[in-house]
This record gives sequence, structure tokens and C-alpha cells, in this order.
Amino acid sequence: MTTDKKNPILSLFASVQLALFLLFLLAATSIIGTLVPQNSPPAFYIERFGQKTARFFQLLDIPDMYNSWWFLGLLALFTLNLIVCSANRIPQVIRILRRDGLTVSPEQLAKFPLFKEIRYPEAREAALGRITTLLKANGWKAKEADKGTGRLYFAQKGGWTRFGVYVVHGSILIILAGALIGSSAVARKVLHDPQFAYKGSVMLPEGESTNRIVAAKGGEPIDLGFHLRCEAFAIEYYTNGMPKTYRSKVTVLENGKPMQTADIEVNQPLTYKGVTFYQSSYQPFQNYHVSLKKKGTNAETATLITVAKQVEWPEGGVSYGIVNRENQGEATRRLKIWFSDNQGDPSVFWVNDNQEAVIERPSGTYLLKLRQRYATGLQATKDPGVWLVYGGCLLMLVGLYIAFFLSHRKLYVFVKPEEQGCRLLFAGEANKNRVGFENKFSELINELDK
Amino acid sequence: MDSSQLFGITMIAYLLAAAFYLGLFVFKIERIGLIGMLLALGGAGVQTAAIGLRWYESYQMGVGHAPLTNMYESLVFFAWCTTCFYLALEFRFKTRVMGAFVMPCVAVAMAYASFSDRIDARINPLIPALQSNWLIAHVVTCFIGYAAFAVAGGLGLMYLLKQSAENKDKDQHQGLVGTLPALKVIDDLTHKTIVFGFMWLSAGIITGAIWANEAWGTYWSWDPKETWSIITWFLYALTLHARFTRGWRGRRIAWLAILGFLAVFFTYFGVNFLLSGLHSYGSA
Repeated sequence: MTTDKKNPILSLFASVQLALFLLFLLAATSIIGTLVPQNSPPAFYIERFGQKTARFFQLLDIPDMYNSWWFLGLLALFTLNLIVCSANRIPQVIRILRRDGLTVSPEQLAKFPLFKEIRYPEAREAALGRITTLLKANGWKAKEADKGTGRLYFAQKGGWTRFGVYVVHGSILIILAGALIGSSAVARKVLHDPQFAYKGSVMLPEGESTNRIVAAKGGEPIDLGFHLRCEAFAIEYYTNGMPKTYRSKVTVLENGKPMQTADIEVNQPLTYKGVTFYQSSYQPFQNYHVSLKKKGTNAETATLITVAKQVEWPEGGVSYGIVNRENQGEATRRLKIWFSDNQGDPSVFWVNDNQEAVIERPSGTYLLKLRQRYATGLQATKDPGVWLVYGGCLLMLVGLYIAFFLSHRKLYVFVKPEEQGCRLLFAGEANKNRVGFENKFSELINELDK
Repeated sequence: MDSSQLFGITMIAYLLAAAFYLGLFVFKIERIGLIGMLLALGGAGVQTAAIGLRWYESYQMGVGHAPLTNMYESLVFFAWCTTCFYLALEFRFKTRVMGAFVMPCVAVAMAYASFSDRIDARINPLIPALQSNWLIAHVVTCFIGYAAFAVAGGLGLMYLLKQSAENKDKDQHQGLVGTLPALKVIDDLTHKTIVFGFMWLSAGIITGAIWANEAWGTYWSWDPKETWSIITWFLYALTLHARFTRGWRGRRIAWLAILGFLAVFFTYFGVNFLLSGLHSYGSA
């Protein structure tokens, strides 16, 4: 290796021992953050681990260890190691690929992992012709040269596959680069442009709009550059009571003009101008949207009411209110309604949230629907690096496949004319999947007679 | 006939297969091994039908989804993947006695899924977070990796057992380990299996990251499950580099294969039962 002559720091970073050590260290230290809950408030650590331990944790950034100086430092060392290691070895690979197979002497062939010597009945010219066509037919692009007592052919396949491992290494660098580009910390502290990449959230009540979100780290507001309005939020349930769907109907507005409407659900985010909105939570309010119609007339009303408050609707000639309700947590499932048109006893009944009730009264038939008011909790992310990360991931899989399953194969044939016929020496080697190549090698020789 | 009965038959087949493979190992009678193999093969066949039926049943219930969504279903799928992977390996490399080190693990997984109080075998509807096309891609890639690593761990154990017996007794044809393949063959198989598993684990982590980005808006959040999967990845990356560049063979690789499987086990099981995090669907 040439690195021995270079400076000791460079040769340290070019060593695989360091890589092994760093991989081990990364694996071992990563365990800490799975045992100590991350990003909890300081009081939590004091209560759970005691004052002294908590202070020690604070010192080492354990509560946010994956962003701590020492963990990021480890990752940086690992990256440096990866770069130097790869850069140091790629020239060696190029040298291997450039090596001229024809410099091998015929006597050396017997020492190759695969070697077979056979007699061929034809004379020199016919034998050379046969070898040329055989190699060509099997996709081997052979070079040839006269070597002492005969003629040597050399061909190789898949030399490029020796770069597979460096494709994997490169893909890791690409993924890390993508992560840096998409990091909100880098955007804030290095680029001084918090708009460039961020993660944040917003709690948006139905009917309201916003052009700002709150940054996940630091909590400062971030300008979206457009408005997002929540038209409605709804939860659907399975018959067994488990939640089935959380859905926000939203509209994107620019300068007050609606640009796009969309339904945001879990696993179905909305992306607008590089910002992606995810359904992440919700907040029920203790008031209700009412829509009330009188059948057979054009009279209808829509309003917002709270519990235990009588509401008048003079146009329809009725008054109504919520007298009781059944909640699951803060989400209302059923409401008890009091409804009167001042003719006879008032109607009192239960109705499900967001379900229409038909009320027969002496003065006519009324259609009443109550829907709890919600705010939708959306997470907003702007990550300009994500496609680089995805590209790196794809490249990694391709690289792993090349590195593990494709091989560099070399084939030598030496044709040595004798008094009667020729002697043929076949030799070969592969850097991986040797069994597979051995079969191909035997097949090739068997094909000779056909 | 419903899927739970078929899973019951599967479990019995795997338990018997494990017993017969162990019988082959101890008594060295070829026919016992053949029966073990046929039981494993039959079990895998029945289990394939059972998984298909459970999938169908979920649609009958109106909550249709692939049966890959909770601890019960994942254990069953783990048993299925490991058996299929093992059988493929047995056919390819003609090393039947290996089953004595793999099928007990499969049988335990199946039995645990069936009998543990902590595990709910009912078909439940999918919560919103799991309603994604990435579900199948993510779970399948991960579990092919897990299956390979389970087999690699078994091979590592086999290697150490054979080696320690050989060290004590040079006449290796007499002892208990006489039927085990040559050390070099076990070592080579362990390596091949780890390479295969590493490829799938990488794919599993990547599909998980893409799915997380679709659902939560972040492809990596150092959640315990994610962290343990990357710890496992680091460990196997270390193993592969030690072999490729430092020439580690035999004993050391066998130990790393076992250590790696422990990390896999913790990623799969320990995280769900001992740690808390986003990725807690599998805990019931």
C-alpha cells in the first residue's frame, strides 16, 4: 500500500480497522438513545434518573443524543473514513482492471483456481479459429498474442462490478448529503435561511386559514408563502369503535385566490410548492356546527352553538339546544337535543354527531344535523434533500446487488500446437460466486466439441 | 375450516419437523431427516394456504388487509419466511441436518404466537397509520431479512458446536457432530446467508424510511425501532467488512452471526415489548 509513506493521519483514515471500530461505536452508542427517552423536558430526566444523572446526561446531550456534538462527530469521522478509504482503494481497482492479461506466461495458467488441459485433434489454424468463435459466441471479447510455443487468448467480463462496493459507499454519502440539505438545523444555523428546510406544525380550526406554522425545534413561526384554510375535519370510525380515517379538507390560497383543494389523510399528504402537509393530530372544540332546514320550504340556517344554551330560529319558528352529550375523550359521539316549535311538548332525543335527524313537529318536518367543531393538527415539512436521500437509497440497493451478486471473471486460453493436433490450456478466475463461474467454465470447455 | 385451524396444523407440523430434524442430528438416520423435511414442507404449504385464507377472511369481515399488521401476524409470517428460506437452502446446498438448528426456532415462534397471552390472534381493522401500500413492501422485505439472519444465527451455532467438538475429539466421524457439514461449508453458508439477509434488511430499512416520510413527514426520526434496525445494519456491515477486508473466518464470523441475530431479535421483539415509540403496532 502506498499510504504507509503518506502522513499518519491519512493512513489512519484509510484503514478498515478504523471503519470497523467506528461501526461498532455507532452501533453501541446508538443503544443509549433507545433506552433513555429522547427529547423530553429537563424535569422528566431529573424525576426519572435523579439530579446527578440528569446533569450528567445534560452534559453529554443524552436527551437529544442523535443530534449531539459527539454523535454527529462520530458520523463525521465515519464519513471521512468512508471517503478516504474509498478514494484510497479505487486507484488499486483501476490498476487491477488495467492489468494486461496477456502478460501471464502459459506456465502460470496451471496455478489458476480453474484450470483444464485438453487435447484438440485439429491443427493450429483450425484450433485458433475454433477458439475465436467459441469465445465470441459466449460473449468473451478476447485479446490475443503469440507467446513462445503457442497463442494466448485473454478475456474478462464484469470488471466494472469491482466498483459495486464503491457505489454503496457513494450512496451512503449521497444519503448523508440529502439529510444535510434537508436539515432544518443546517438551514437555520449555516444557511441563515429557515425557509429553506423546516419541520413544523399548525393547529388549524375549521373555517380558519393561516400562512404560518410553528417550527418543531425552537417554536418560532415560519412563513409558508401561501395560505392554507381548513374547510372541515372529520373522523370516521369502524363499527368496533376504532378510528378508521382522519381527514382534513383544505384549500390552498394565494393572494386570497383558491389554488387547490385537497383531502389530507394519514398516509396521504398534500404537497404544495415544496411544502408537504401531513395529518398528525386534531383538537375537538366543545361547540357544534348546526345545519337546520324546514322541509318543503327554502328556510334553512347554519350556525355554531355550545352546550346548554337555547337557540332561537325565528324564520323557522323554532328554538332548540343541546341538553346533554356523550363524549369519548373530548370527541363527541352522541348529543341529546331539545327541540320546540311552541306547539305541544318539545322533542327530546339523542342523535349521533354528524348524523341528520328528522324531526316531525305539528308545524312541519325539520332536518337537523350537528357536527362537533374541530381543529386539524397538520405537520408541515419542507425537505429539499429528500429526493437525494431516495436516490441514494436506490443507488445503495443497486450497489449492494452489484457488490454481492455480480463478479469479475477472467478467462485464459492457450493454444499450443503439437505434432498431431493441439494442446489447449483453459484457465479462469472469478472474484466472487466461484461456483457459478466454475459451471460456466466447464460448459465452455464442453461446448468445444460441438 | 378457518385460518386459525390451519395455523394450528401448521404449528404441529413445525413442532414435529423440529423434533425429526433433531432426531436426524442425534441418531443420524437419513429417513428421520426426510420425514422432518416433508413435515416442514407440508407445514409451509398449509401455512401458505392459512395466510391466504386469513387475508380473504379479513375481506369477508369488511376490513380487508394483508395479514402483516400485528405481532401475531408478523410471528406467523416470520415462521413462514424462515421455513421457506431454510427449505430453499436445504435443497440448494443439500445440508439437511441444518434443520435441527433452524426448525426449533420456527416451531417456537409459531407456538408462541398461538399460546402467549400477550398476543391477540384476532383480525382487527387497520388503524389509519397502517393504511398504506408500503405496508406489504416494508414488512415483506424486513422479514425476508429476518428469516435469513435467523438461519445465519443457527448456522453460527452449528459452526461453534462442531468446532468445539472437533477440538476435543479429532475423530469427528464418531461424535454427535459427525453428520454436520464440514466447517468450511458451514462458514461459507453463513456468509452467503448474511449477504442475502443484509441486502433485504437494507431494502426493509429503505422501504420503512420512505413509508415514514409518507405518513409522518420524516424519513428518519431515531425512533427505537429505526435505531435498532440501524444498529443491526451496522453490526452486519461490520461483519461483512471484517470478512472481506480483514479476512475474518470461521469462529469469529459464527459469533457475529449469533450476535447479529440477537440484535435482529431485539429489533423485532425487544423494541415492541420493552421500549416505547412510534412503531408500536406489533406490541399486541
